[in-house]
Amino acid sequence: MENVWTIENVWNAIGMALQNWLAGFLPAWLVTLIMDLLVIVVLLAIGIVAVLILSFLERKVAARAGDRYGPNRWGPYGVLQPFADAIKMLIKEDIVPHVADRFSFNLAPVIVTVGAVMTYAVLPFGRNMVAANLNIGILYFAAVGSLSIIGLLTAGWGSRNKYALISAFRSVAQLITYEVPLALCIICVVMLAGSLSTQDIVLAQQERGWFFLLMPGIFILYFLAASAEMIRCPFDLLEADSEIVAGHFIEYSGMKFALFFLAEYIHLFAGSAMMVTLFFGGWLGPWLPSWLWFLIKTFVVIFVFMWIRNTFPRIRIDQVLKIGWKVMVPAGLVGLAITGFVDKLIADTLIAGVVLFVCNIALIVGVSYFMGRAQRQKEMAAEGAALR
Amino acid sequence: MQHYVFIGLFLLVAVLFPIIAVGVAYFLRPKRPTPEKCSTYECGLETRGPTWVRFRAQYYLYALVFVVFDVEVAFLYPWAVAYNRLELFGLIEMLIFLGILVVGLAYAWRKGALEWM
Repeated sequence: MENVWTIENVWNAIGMALQNWLAGFLPAWLVTLIMDLLVIVVLLAIGIVAVLILSFLERKVAARAGDRYGPNRWGPYGVLQPFADAIKMLIKEDIVPHVADRFSFNLAPVIVTVGAVMTYAVLPFGRNMVAANLNIGILYFAAVGSLSIIGLLTAGWGSRNKYALISAFRSVAQLITYEVPLALCIICVVMLAGSLSTQDIVLAQQERGWFFLLMPGIFILYFLAASAEMIRCPFDLLEADSEIVAGHFIEYSGMKFALFFLAEYIHLFAGSAMMVTLFFGGWLGPWLPSWLWFLIKTFVVIFVFMWIRNTFPRIRIDQVLKIGWKVMVPAGLVGLAITGFVDKLIADTLIAGVVLFVCNIALIVGVSYFMGRAQRQKEMAAEGAALR
Repeated sequence: MQHYVFIGLFLLVAVLFPIIAVGVAYFLRPKRPTPEKCSTYECGLETRGPTWVRFRAQYYLYALVFVVFDVEVAFLYPWAVAYNRLELFGLIEMLIFLGILVVGLAYAWRKGALEWM
């Protein structure tokens, strides 16, 4: 393979140069092994750096929204705060409650971290920049991403704490519920792209336009389901600090707490990156190198998540489940049928795109109308009961 | 195939990573447990009653409905990949399959399985 040194290609070029240098004095299988391990280490490093940046960003955005300063002691504008936090986590005492089930208590952070970190293997960071271009990329992402449910359940059960156990129960109900609409939305995208590979989905958007523009209704469903899956506000019932203090990681301290924290923010980054891949054209974009576009888009999505967290109040668990089963799942099924019929019956891609857009707007309006009507009926019933 | 070797290697490193992180912290952190420190946290009170209670049947119902839809999704993934090569009949066939499952959802809905009590 030729070795081109451009800004676009700089990471691949570094890798190729290193591989050629190693191939000079090592057997081929060892070179492959070393390169694979190197890619894994780079992915882990991206994960950890992303978490450091996100934890700082989260506090700064929350501070700006609350008209406060936020962290501002360590370094200019407090940018060294995440490092101070990391060191603090490392040298904190590890407290295990006497009554806890030690095996599952210690196992839970490992499962949660593995489930979060593994998702990075299929993220398309740029043109030809995906660690493993699996032909089942999206399926792999969904499967590995949902591993963390088991970790949360293990943590809640193993802590033998009532708050943690409530959180474990909720994680089963909530994360399971929102898995279904999430998968339905992904399937709509896969139908248009014709592939489960993350790179092919990005390339399909080069031809047909960003799927966000084609299917705004599906995108909104995906956004809500993804924020529930990432345990972001207003769906952060599993760690609602005003109800169950911290949820599943209430009894954890020190490094094990840090691992839960790490997993949560890795999930936020990976989920936003996947949203960019599925709906915002991944690394597509003019002028700038593709990997920079990918990062810019991902951080814009992450900023929107943080913005929502500081704007909307948390909803109740019964409302979460009701919306999940009674609104999102039927809407996802209708969306799937719309996508299927429009794409099959209209041969011209441009006209099909316009019709798909109109149908999606109709879907949004329809869902809002039915939700409003149900709410009005409930209010009228409540008023009637009050009069009687 | 090489991709899956990579995934396997990644899994290995991903399991080692948290273990190493906790291991490093093991040598750096203080170890001074006291009975108070290791008691269960509950807003300053003693925990009363058993914690490991049985799951409420409600969660079980949600899980049952989920199983139905998750199996459906497992069927939908390969169908969606092949969708471009299918005729209109393939789409209608899948919608009939979905329709049967929607009847199941409607049944659970009418029976009140989705109500939070």
